[in-house]
Amino acid sequence: MGIEGSMKLPDAPATAAPERGAAQRSYYRHSLAVRLLHWINVVALCVLLMSGLQIFNAHPALNWGRSSYTGAPAFFELAHGFPSWITLPGGHWLAMGRRWHLFFAWIFVINGLTYVIYSIASRHLARDLAPTRTDWRSIGRSIVDHVRLRHPTGEAARRYNVLQKLTYLFVIFGLLPFVILMGWALSPRLDTVVPGWVDVVGGRQSARTLHFIAAWALVAFVLVHVFEVLISGVINNLRSMITGRYVVESEHADRTR
Amino acid sequence: MRIARAEHSRRHFLGRLGAATVAALLAGCDAASRSAWLPKVLGVGERASRSAQRLASSRRSMAQEFSPADLSPQFRSNGTANPDNPEYQALAATHFADWRLKIDGLVERPLKLSLQELRAMASRTQITRHDCVEGWSAIGQWTGVPLSAVLRLAVPRPQARYVVFHCADPMDAQGTLYYESIDFDDAYHPQTILAYELNGALLPIANGAPLRVRIERQLGYKMAKYLMRIELVSSFANIGAGNGGYWEDQGYEWYAGI
Repeated sequence: MGIEGSMKLPDAPATAAPERGAAQRSYYRHSLAVRLLHWINVVALCVLLMSGLQIFNAHPALNWGRSSYTGAPAFFELAHGFPSWITLPGGHWLAMGRRWHLFFAWIFVINGLTYVIYSIASRHLARDLAPTRTDWRSIGRSIVDHVRLRHPTGEAARRYNVLQKLTYLFVIFGLLPFVILMGWALSPRLDTVVPGWVDVVGGRQSARTLHFIAAWALVAFVLVHVFEVLISGVINNLRSMITGRYVVESEHADRTR
Repeated sequence: MRIARAEHSRRHFLGRLGAATVAALLAGCDAASRSAWLPKVLGVGERASRSAQRLASSRRSMAQEFSPADLSPQFRSNGTANPDNPEYQALAATHFADWRLKIDGLVERPLKLSLQELRAMASRTQITRHDCVEGWSAIGQWTGVPLSAVLRLAVPRPQARYVVFHCADPMDAQGTLYYESIDFDDAYHPQTILAYELNGALLPIANGAPLRVRIERQLGYKMAKYLMRIELVSSFANIGAGNGGYWEDQGYEWYAGI
């Protein structure tokens, strides 16, 4: 599966797609494992965000420091919390929000660990996500291309571009572990593992604030991710994340579509 | 051109399909939340968290203690601020001179202790952070008797597995009284104290006078206020609705380590 899943294998099966003409070839882009883990992650993150906002609504204010009552006022407050259409469950129900959140937190962590182990073992990480020397040199051009909403075509579309690689790496090894760690910081029991460790980020209420900010940073990532999916061939992208098959046009294909 | 239009309508269809699916999923989640089975399935998360947290930290791991500089200017009162209970009000009127803490259930020596007797025992003072399930926290200095000392006086029987705290505050129109329970790991923890002082003064009524329990490695709702009776049991299945506490009976987790 790991070998099949490689994006860059030169002998990746190339099949003609007759309905699109001979200029298009499809190849196997995402392994079954990556596809499954991706969609489980989508479900888990949606539940975690919405149940997280339910939990936030029980005390819709953010503080900085070791407690909520340090003498300094909250620096962010929502009078009525988030609307019920974005919380899980809808309407105020903290106990049920916690059940959803603390169950799907486990799904999310186990899924993420499986992904990391799989990516290292199958060399998905080294082959598809680690930037190459050429990548680093093309970073300026890649930024310009992104701003102009131009996307690689032909053979170049078979690889992630450098900004894409760096963003995925930042999310997978930075943002996601951080949001988990800040969630753990909210646990009075886990705070006893090394008493005072939460002071590294300024205290327990700072950790709650950072947990919240990191969650919205993930939302920002997802918005950009979905935007890029939409403008770089939504059907092709969706198909590749569902069936694994991704269509690339050959170098000389007409790109006016 | 024809292909472009087909592509366009396909996208449109996919978009609508996606929106309809999301709406149906959300309605399904809400319906499932009210079912009998889903909360049980999700409850697996609580058991997993309890096991993992006990693996990650020792039975005697200590909660962080703070300096006086970290004290919250005013310690927030949450839940009941003044129990609507004639029996309690009568006790409060005489500054709890007639109040007695009962210790009974699965013990060799049932006890009735006055505030003076509790104050005469060796005390512990700690500045700790109180984490409410709602998400806020406050730092206070607590002085009280370690629960372990009181339990040793009463001599628990071997069958005893849980310590149940019965309180004076009614929680609803039916007069359901607040209660809570913990296991022996937390009951014998050095920071688990029966507190009679907050920030160096007598415990105010708003914070649980005359006596409340501090369980520093769990959330605030475990730390019952207005204590009247401590009962040792082998199971809490026959107390309240059987989930080990007032808020547990409303769907909150018995193990409140996160």
